[in-house]
Amino acid sequence: MKFTSLKLSAGIAKTQLLSKPRQTLVAMLGVTFGIGMFIALISMMTGLNKLTEDLAMTSSPDIRMYYDISPDRKSIAEFINPQGLTITHHQKPKNESLKVRNAKQIAEQIRKRPNVKGASILLNSQVFYNYGPVQLNGTIDGVDILEEDKLFDLTHKMKEGRIENLISNPDGIIMGTGLAKKLRAKTGDRVVITTPQGFTQTLKIVGLFQIGIGIVDNTRSYANLSTVQTILQKDKSFITDVNVKLYDYTKAKELAPVLQKDFGYKAEDWETANATLLVGAIIRNIITYAVSITLLIVAGFGIYNILNITIHNKMKDIAILKAMGFSGPDVRSIFMIQSLVIGFFGSLMGLIFGLVFSYLISLAPFNGGDIISITHLPVNFNPLFYVIGIVFGVATTAIAGYMPSRKAAHVDPIEILRG
Amino acid sequence: MKTEVLRATGITKYFYEPEKFQVLKGIDVQVNKGEFVALVGKSGCGKSTLMYVLSTMDTQYEGELVVASEKLNDWSQNQLAAFRNKHIGFVFQFHYLLPEFTVLQNIMLPALKLNRWQESEVEDRAYTKLKMLGMQDHALKVSAKLSGGQQQRVAIARALINEPDIIMGDEPTGNLDSYNTQLVFDIFKELTDVYHQSIIAVTHDEEFAAKSSRIIEMADGKIIH
Ligand SMILES: Nc1ncnc2c1ncn2[C@@H]1O[C@H](COP(=O)(O)OP(=O)(O)OP(=O)(O)O)[C@@H](O)[C@H]1O
Ligand SMILES: [Mg+2]
Repeated sequence: MKFTSLKLSAGIAKTQLLSKPRQTLVAMLGVTFGIGMFIALISMMTGLNKLTEDLAMTSSPDIRMYYDISPDRKSIAEFINPQGLTITHHQKPKNESLKVRNAKQIAEQIRKRPNVKGASILLNSQVFYNYGPVQLNGTIDGVDILEEDKLFDLTHKMKEGRIENLISNPDGIIMGTGLAKKLRAKTGDRVVITTPQGFTQTLKIVGLFQIGIGIVDNTRSYANLSTVQTILQKDKSFITDVNVKLYDYTKAKELAPVLQKDFGYKAEDWETANATLLVGAIIRNIITYAVSITLLIVAGFGIYNILNITIHNKMKDIAILKAMGFSGPDVRSIFMIQSLVIGFFGSLMGLIFGLVFSYLISLAPFNGGDIISITHLPVNFNPLFYVIGIVFGVATTAIAGYMPSRKAAHVDPIEILRG
Repeated sequence: MKTEVLRATGITKYFYEPEKFQVLKGIDVQVNKGEFVALVGKSGCGKSTLMYVLSTMDTQYEGELVVASEKLNDWSQNQLAAFRNKHIGFVFQFHYLLPEFTVLQNIMLPALKLNRWQESEVEDRAYTKLKMLGMQDHALKVSAKLSGGQQQRVAIARALINEPDIIMGDEPTGNLDSYNTQLVFDIFKELTDVYHQSIIAVTHDEEFAAKSSRIIEMADGKIIH
């Protein structure tokens, strides 16, 4: 179709839309509501998803390598008599050391690989924290604190003290804020650490950190690697974990099996380690898209209806236009333009509505309680959502408007003019 | 010398609903330039049906149709629409203006569609037609706000805007009082006499028919006069 015809069709469409401002506005508001809710929902849901993902990222390394206790082991009787039927009652696991051998060399090797940002070694153990009469269960990580800082940016998570305090204090400990609160201990206080083997040691709190996720802040402390080795009465090469951080954390799932194969230790990526946390994200995504699509379909039906009514009321006009020499495609474009205009401006208002709405959500106070330390709901103001919103809105109205417009194009003028 | 603007030969048409029924039975019509032809006949004899065939809006017929030297039988709907726009003007019994548009816009629409002249020139031409019909004062009114006679004059101006080869009317005065009927007669007469416009119009009005240059009488799907 020629541009001038299209321009003329647009002019007619405009006049018809403006002559019924209320009906036009109602049609637009249907789209506005659908797109607005889509924006608000997706901003909030992805905000939450991003938060949980970030928390998962900060609380665990991209890849963690450790010695996995072998789950199943043949009894000695089966080795001796492989053909026979052997029943072993009450088989206990073997006394296996959790030690990762040559951990330092493994970390060194991993650091040389592409996409690896850093690799650190640590010694993790279950411990009891005693302070006065209180005894709490938790874990202690023996680390090279500077190496750990490179991976997890601990510097910015310190609530009290500095990470360097640990280096100058061999018997220092940096404690999670939640744990300290439960113990009612403060920086400078001394707490007694008891290992499962029964060894005890008194350590001085030199700092408090807060990662923002309850299960970490309420249980974990950092101490110097050598200190923890001493408490556990292990030698200087006793390491239980090698933590790896990548530049692109989405590649962790691919790299983990490779590392596992190359070094012979269990390598677990962050997604697997935090599967329970991330399952919520999938559900939230499903809800977001299901609700948004429903809203858009409803808006689409609204436009379909309104356009059908408009065309029904405009039968005479369509007939007269055709008698004057407007072709089917000309008539179709008049009504397509109307639905696209409704779709475009409706979506545009929807974007504004969505932006305002998500902004209001981000202002509303929200207490994450013990589980996550947030004061407001996280909202993701990603421009991409707004692009998707307008594309969806216009596409929906185009589809909804197509059928009625086609019908208008096929109107037989004689039938109308005959009266 | 007479120039032919419309010639229809052997126009035959059937309706199949509610039952098969031959409404047009081999009709031959011819209109020359500057002629004012009146088509008369009893109600139900097929006048409107014939007009729709001649106007190219109805393509379900047999026979040959030539307008402005173009044989139109095998043309597509879109081609015919463009042809109507350029060569044929319509005036209906009901005025059928687009109600949201002003008088001026209504008249300009077919010319904007034709896209032969600049918009400003189209506007000038529309004003000229309005003046000719004594309607220039109403140019900027919304067309729904005009009386029946005024609307019909606007419809005539609209039919004239593209300088068509022929104007077709189906009872153009059928819905008007005697004063306005007289007015439309005079306009048609002036158009043919002064501007050599060709017109073919269905009418029930004896007086109207009497003023025309030629009367064609139909009965039962055939031309009898
Ligand atoms: N769409 C149609 N389907 C079936 N029959 C039709 C249809 N349109 C018209 N007819 C019949 O065809 C015949 C001619 O109709 P037409 O409208 O051409 O008459 P007319 O001469 O214009 O009458 P009038 O003077 O009352 O306007 C009538 O008998 C009418 O009932
Ligand atoms: Mg009739």
